[in-house]
Amino acid sequence: MSRETLLQVRNLALDRGGVPVLDVPELDLRAGEVLALMGPNGAGKSSLMLSLAGLFAPTHGELSFKGTPLRSRADREAFRRRTTMVFQDPLLFDATVAQNIESGLKLRGLSAAERAPRVQDWAQRLGLGALLQRPAHQLSGGEAQRTALARAFVLQPELLFLDEPFSSLDSQTREDLIEDLGRLLAETGTSAVLATHDQSKAARLAHRLAVMKEGRILQLGGLREVMNHPEDPFVATFVGMETLLKGQVLSCQDGLLSLRLRKGPADRELVAIGEAQPGQTVLIGVRPEHVALSLQTDNTSSARNAFPGAVTKVIPRGPFSKIELDCGFFLAAYVTPQSLSELDLRPGRAIVAAFKATAVHVIRTEGLDTEL
Amino acid sequence: MDLIWEGLRKALELLLRLDPEVLRITWLSLKVSGIATLISVVLGLGLAVLMALNEFPGKRLVIALVNTGMGLPPVVVGLFVTVFLWRNGPLGFLGILYTPAAIILAQAVIATPIIAGLGLAALQHLPPGLRLQILSLGATRPQMVWLLLKEARLPLLAAVMAGFGGVISEVGASIMVGGNLKGSTRVLTTATVMETSRGNFDVAFALSFILLILAFGVNALLTHLQQRGRRS
Repeated sequence: MSRETLLQVRNLALDRGGVPVLDVPELDLRAGEVLALMGPNGAGKSSLMLSLAGLFAPTHGELSFKGTPLRSRADREAFRRRTTMVFQDPLLFDATVAQNIESGLKLRGLSAAERAPRVQDWAQRLGLGALLQRPAHQLSGGEAQRTALARAFVLQPELLFLDEPFSSLDSQTREDLIEDLGRLLAETGTSAVLATHDQSKAARLAHRLAVMKEGRILQLGGLREVMNHPEDPFVATFVGMETLLKGQVLSCQDGLLSLRLRKGPADRELVAIGEAQPGQTVLIGVRPEHVALSLQTDNTSSARNAFPGAVTKVIPRGPFSKIELDCGFFLAAYVTPQSLSELDLRPGRAIVAAFKATAVHVIRTEGLDTEL
Repeated sequence: MDLIWEGLRKALELLLRLDPEVLRITWLSLKVSGIATLISVVLGLGLAVLMALNEFPGKRLVIALVNTGMGLPPVVVGLFVTVFLWRNGPLGFLGILYTPAAIILAQAVIATPIIAGLGLAALQHLPPGLRLQILSLGATRPQMVWLLLKEARLPLLAAVMAGFGGVISEVGASIMVGGNLKGSTRVLTTATVMETSRGNFDVAFALSFILLILAFGVNALLTHLQQRGRRS
């Protein structure tokens, strides 16, 4: 993407009550992109978001919007008139849906005649056409958050901030809204920053992903890049690689690594895709959705890695179950309810876990020798 | 019992006859307490907004003081205002002791902490993120304050009612700084005290009824404003 930089962050630091909560040396938002900020609660997503949105004045550092630095309160106020934010709670006014949707336009000085068609348009686009005269306090959670989205989109913001806008909704409503949001962002080409605390579908609206921890951005990159090539064990766990293993490289040929695992019996060898020097220690990750379970070793499959082991735990997770295994090392797998009953998975059950060499992600090749 | 019935009959008669002295007292009560409440709304809400939106050292102490002020005994306020307005007191040069202005001043001192304290509670009860949400919609600071006050209008009007109720019904401060002077500083409460002490229960009854009707009327008006457009 070679598009212009919309918002530029340099050496941003935020202290609250003398405690540093944010330290972001560099961050650039590009026009037209959706950037997701991901991290556990307390990682600093909201603080970063509020700083980016001109709602918190940074302790140090500088933000500039389209090349213009935001230094004074007046700068930030002018910036806020070109952007807007949707929060976790809809935070609607005690007024009708229509009055809520038009509130930002009114604050920005648009006349009633200018407001009316835009309010109509966005109410329709968010499926609120029939609810315009309804008082906000009578709305369901989903309707309220739709109203909040309409109130934001109607402003045609140059940059839209979304701070976990779906996390207080039930899962079905959340799915629907994420879908709608994705459509609206694409249709309008709105640049957005989206904070989310899990690697939920919401993160998949993003072009780029920043994983945060303790006020810092650990990794920033394209969605697939971060999901598949986490640079750090924390990021790996966070993007859903539940199994992280350390291994020593035995050989490396044509991008195919042969590894011996540090834990477990000495004969546990594993094949992975990646580049490393023989003798080096590497950290590898395996996503649970890439691990297949069977009752015996299946020689016809393309899975290069197969390990006999035993089930230690079965954890139901909505549409599927997470199985924890002991194969001399820890391994996690997702299975469907069908497999669960067919393989009779329960703690103690002997099983073979298999995954392809392409399912193994080499996360880090440096700094591990000293740590071990 | 006869005393009560006789009192009620006389009261009704005074009311229906539109006794000029009674009308004047009523009008003065309404005017004095109304102006005092208005002053208190401006000062009290201003204070409430400042306390709600700003962090400063000693904030808790200020809030504790305001909350204590909500229960200021009118006689204590009367004493202090009298001393301040006394000929050689700090505000003696104003020369307003024993005038309606003195009663307004005393009543404003009584109502301001009530409106500030309840107003602060009303503002603090708003969702914590609302302020940021309003700003992110593009509000200037004054627009943000206005919207917050509008969002808190129900409890804020209750605060105004409490303030008005506090001053229209108080007697201690009015009598001390006003002096219950006929034709000048006599208000409903001070007149009621005086007539009762003289044994003129009928007139006292009449005045009390008017006071109740007045309090009811003003609160009914405020309640109407408060509940307007609110259907559940």
